[in-house]
Amino acid sequence: MLSSSVPRRALTHAPWSRATWRETVFVASGVPLQFAGWAVFALPWTLWPAADVMVILIWLALPVLGVALLAHPLAAAHRERCWAVLGVDVPPLPREEGASAWDALRDLRSPELWRLIRYHLVVGTLVGLAGLATVALWAVGLALTTVGSYAWALPADSPLSLTGHAVRVGALTAAGVALLLATPYLVHGVVRWDVGAIRSLLGPDPTKELQKRVEDLAEKRADVVDAADLERRRIERDLHDGVQQRLVSLAMNLGLARETLKDLPPEALQVIVEAHEESKEILTDLRNFIRGLHPAVLEDRGLDAALSGIAARVPVPVRLEVDVPRRASSTVEAVAYFVVSEALTNVVKHADASSVDVRVLRRGDVLHVTVADDGRGGASFDRGTGLRGLARRVNSVDGTFRITSPEGGPTILTVELPCAL
Amino acid sequence: MRIVIAEDSVLLRAGLIKLLETSGFEVAAAVGEADGLLAAVAEHRPDAAIVDVRMPPGFTDEGVRAALVLRKEFPDVSVLLLSQFVEERYAADLLATNTSGVGYLLKDRVADVSGFLDALRRVAAGGTALDPEVVSQLLLRRNSDPLERLTPREREVLALMAEGRSNAGIAAGLVVSESAVAKHINNIFAKLDLPHAEGDHRRVLAVLRFLDGDST
Repeated sequence: MLSSSVPRRALTHAPWSRATWRETVFVASGVPLQFAGWAVFALPWTLWPAADVMVILIWLALPVLGVALLAHPLAAAHRERCWAVLGVDVPPLPREEGASAWDALRDLRSPELWRLIRYHLVVGTLVGLAGLATVALWAVGLALTTVGSYAWALPADSPLSLTGHAVRVGALTAAGVALLLATPYLVHGVVRWDVGAIRSLLGPDPTKELQKRVEDLAEKRADVVDAADLERRRIERDLHDGVQQRLVSLAMNLGLARETLKDLPPEALQVIVEAHEESKEILTDLRNFIRGLHPAVLEDRGLDAALSGIAARVPVPVRLEVDVPRRASSTVEAVAYFVVSEALTNVVKHADASSVDVRVLRRGDVLHVTVADDGRGGASFDRGTGLRGLARRVNSVDGTFRITSPEGGPTILTVELPCAL
Repeated sequence: MRIVIAEDSVLLRAGLIKLLETSGFEVAAAVGEADGLLAAVAEHRPDAAIVDVRMPPGFTDEGVRAALVLRKEFPDVSVLLLSQFVEERYAADLLATNTSGVGYLLKDRVADVSGFLDALRRVAAGGTALDPEVVSQLLLRRNSDPLERLTPREREVLALMAEGRSNAGIAAGLVVSESAVAKHINNIFAKLDLPHAEGDHRRVLAVLRFLDGDST
């Protein structure tokens, strides 16, 4: 993951390419910074070699303080180096903005600081050693490649004399060229190593970033779920205040006509009677539909109170057991209510059952919802029984959804919902 | 008979007024929210108040709460609650102290004019009128063994008693004779171990106490 974001220059590793020199500059510029941590650490020891225990303790403590103080500025310098030389942007640590070195010191236990120290004293140092080695390789390569240019000036008895050992000089020149061709690859390797280390140790912690992202997404999802809930409540309210009232009024007027207009021709009275009956049926259907959306009593009195309303409407005997000593969040209550409501609708429409068991129990922070019927079974996601929508709604609050429904029954729907979102 | 109406839907308020006045009731006042109801009842002292459950400002159970206040402050005024949805919890609140002069019906019932007016008269006369839906919710909550001792016919009679119907009303509803109803009622009281109660509303009280009793 890290290496893929380092610019690839696989074909441009010629010793004379700009990329190679840029990388060399990067490696060379790193070396002093990479040894700075050790310099701070070692400084007291070189000035006053430890004599007794107290001094050793102080000498151990001081460098730690020094490194802690220098950790953030040094890290910033490394990131700056990445950007200035390679154009690689390593974002700063989130807490660093406006924080002074003293803040860092105060927070010696922060994992961020120790990631920095790990670079400054361990990884960075190893990279620095590798960097030094590559610089040395450049020097040796250059010296060997150009051996011919100064070998002629050497006395004939010198081991590198052009006249005395032409073959050896030729071989050394060849070795130098080979070294110069190989070194860019080593430099590149060191650069990748260093950039990777700087990203992972001196940049924001990737796990933390992910964690933050997950939290962000969870919050956004909760917002979406809440918005959908709110919308459902709005629809319920609109239907209640509008269509439902007007239908009641219509049915009442038809009822009044039916009672008072006794002397109408029988055909006309029949029309009124049919319209009256029809309007009452529509009222019942509408009421059942609205009751399934989000009843006011759910918010007002909780799941137990709300569920008796839908359970009592089912034409099949329902055993309802609700044990929810502490109320769950309103979103979770709405999902649990919806699960029972939809499941009972399915039982009535498809199961041909003679009894239904509904159980809603809170155990710890989990709400267990079970709807079991003794009907014909065979419920599946593919039969358009609304199971898919049910499962989706359960998933939206991180719940689990299980259904077993062999042909011939029974059908058992089990849903578990975490109470706290 | 003088009635006060509290209903926030203008359409339904007008409809109810028309319905009541055509049927010989006098509508003393019609208001749109709970506070107005209390004032109107204090002013007009009606025989009964018809109260919508969901009213401003909160649009939840304002009517139920107003009814509870009415029951306490004006015990001689009967209250008939109307709602788009009936909830056994609200019924339990309403019936907790006294079942006489109380009704709780679905608004849909208004469409059945004569049935609705019967219920209103019953409530105004100190009786009870519970919606069959509430009764079936109460029966559901009382998932207990004594109920299983009843025959299906006795369960029907029990439900009608809980709705607040008189023997004659039950007999008409089931198309049986009043003496048959009386026999069923005796059986029910015996099987459920209920204290024998004279008079319709004491009987309702006994039945509702039973249904509300050990509800889980």
